[in-house]
Amino acid sequence: MSDATLSFEEAMEKYDPVLGFEVHVELNTKTKMFSSAPNVFGDEPNTNVNEVDLGLPGVLPVVNRAAIESSIKIGLALNCSIAESCTFARKQYFYPDTPKNFQTSQYEDPIAFDGYLDIELSDGTVFRVEIERAHMEEDAGKLTHMGGAAGRIQGADYSLVDYNRSGVPLVEIVTKPIEGAGSRAPELAKAYVAAVREIVKNLGVSDAKMERGNVRCDANVSLRPYGRERFGTRSETKNVNSLRAVEHAVRYEIQRHAAVLESGELIVQETRHWHQDTRTTTSGRPKSDADDYRYFPEPDLVPVVASREWVEELRATLPEPPAERRKRLQADWGYSDLEFRDVVNAGVMDEIEETITAGATASVARKWWMGEIVGRAKNADVDPGQLGVQPATIVELSRMVDGGKINNKMAAAVLDGVLAGEGTPEEIVAARGLAVVSDDGPLLEAIDAALAAQPDVADKIRGGKIQAIGAIVGGVMKATRGQADAGRVRELILAKLGVEG
Amino acid sequence: MAAINREDVAHLARLAHIEMSSDELDRMAGELAVIVDSVKSVSEAAGDGVPATSHPIPLTNVFREDVVGHTLSAEQALSGAPDAAQNRFKVPAILDEA
Repeated sequence: MSDATLSFEEAMEKYDPVLGFEVHVELNTKTKMFSSAPNVFGDEPNTNVNEVDLGLPGVLPVVNRAAIESSIKIGLALNCSIAESCTFARKQYFYPDTPKNFQTSQYEDPIAFDGYLDIELSDGTVFRVEIERAHMEEDAGKLTHMGGAAGRIQGADYSLVDYNRSGVPLVEIVTKPIEGAGSRAPELAKAYVAAVREIVKNLGVSDAKMERGNVRCDANVSLRPYGRERFGTRSETKNVNSLRAVEHAVRYEIQRHAAVLESGELIVQETRHWHQDTRTTTSGRPKSDADDYRYFPEPDLVPVVASREWVEELRATLPEPPAERRKRLQADWGYSDLEFRDVVNAGVMDEIEETITAGATASVARKWWMGEIVGRAKNADVDPGQLGVQPATIVELSRMVDGGKINNKMAAAVLDGVLAGEGTPEEIVAARGLAVVSDDGPLLEAIDAALAAQPDVADKIRGGKIQAIGAIVGGVMKATRGQADAGRVRELILAKLGVEG
Repeated sequence: MAAINREDVAHLARLAHIEMSSDELDRMAGELAVIVDSVKSVSEAAGDGVPATSHPIPLTNVFREDVVGHTLSAEQALSGAPDAAQNRFKVPAILDEA
């Protein structure tokens, strides 16, 4: 059963949205938060575990120094204060994702608190998001629901548990309520999560791959009538795992809340589940007594004391802040303000940087990501970086184009082949028998035919209106079924007509 | 510190997944009330200016270097599991998604 929604515009006319985010960041330490088992993604189930991760009786957790240092770095990058001393606490709940029946977390004294992040929106507006706290905890195991419909929990016969992820260090970043975003709330949501992801990636403390769950977002949304100070009842949409999804989920929840409130009903405070396929949320469980986690100080772990010297040492290792990095990259790449903003808004700045590092020029990297990949990602409803395009593929395709082996149109088709798993660009070019018609003979014939077919255009070009040449080039490309090098065709046409290019 | 009553005990029992009979709830409410009463003297001794003790031993910063140590094999990890399949722990269907 789907919920009623109001149009976003109508919702915005009537209600003022208030947001809040909990972003979980998995650290990329070599070992886990409290055990020396490896922190590695994608290994065989239940092989990266030891007795601590399984919560066997009598075990003693020991804190990973590197995880503390990464957490402090995140706190500093979020402009937080770092606690002089902080402790761990047990958060008790019964669910098979933790074999201990509690999660080791922090409660009253997080390692970092009272920070902020300045978020730049697509038009350059800067919006400040206040950070309440960033605390350390451990990740839980991974459940796979068997039987029932497509891995959904409803109707499942049983569940299988892999504890490899259990105990992986997490930092949970919690915002203060975000007020005043208005109709830009969905965009701000996406931009905020993107900014956190950029920071932790830039710090080198997380692999920051959302598709692997390295960065996960729970989005809180509530609405109130304009002018009212008190917040409305909120819903919490869990595990929204791409930047696109964050934006869509916030937008959807605003529309759903507005419809509930308009009908005179009350919002139920509850967890919502995001469904990528339908771009909707469904009701999870209501908040209730079960959320009484009975936190108490973890007796097996002693306090973490962050001396000011240690904090300053770590501060000195921080990389340039994202805003400065952006300025440097834009200058290095020679992009205009508009070009660079488009790149940032499309979420491909890091991908372009990797592509340039792999050997592409800045303009080639931008052309491929903005011209080819962003559109394909949009159609596939994923973030561009999640489409699976490797920087090396772009470099290889670009070399083939530069070498006159294939043209841009063929290269784009080869890219589709690579994404479809048909092999490397080299293999696909060979398998499909792609090659640019480089012999001028057939091209000259096609040019003659195209000029004869459009004599008025030919006259315009002769008269100096060189921009009209596109029609002739197009005719030649059509006649050669796209197998010609458009640049060479242009040269030949100009030579034929005796016009300087 | 507030006194503990039968309702509190029933609530805690539910949270801890412990099934308790009516008699047990009555008895436990009485016993826990005595314990809570005893702990009260600690609250009286420690004023607002005294931070809560999280650990009785005055130690801080007990850390481990980030170096990979031992692991169990999947077989060892699953050796105490009531049920397993595909090298994973098998648990009953959970309707209440956390």
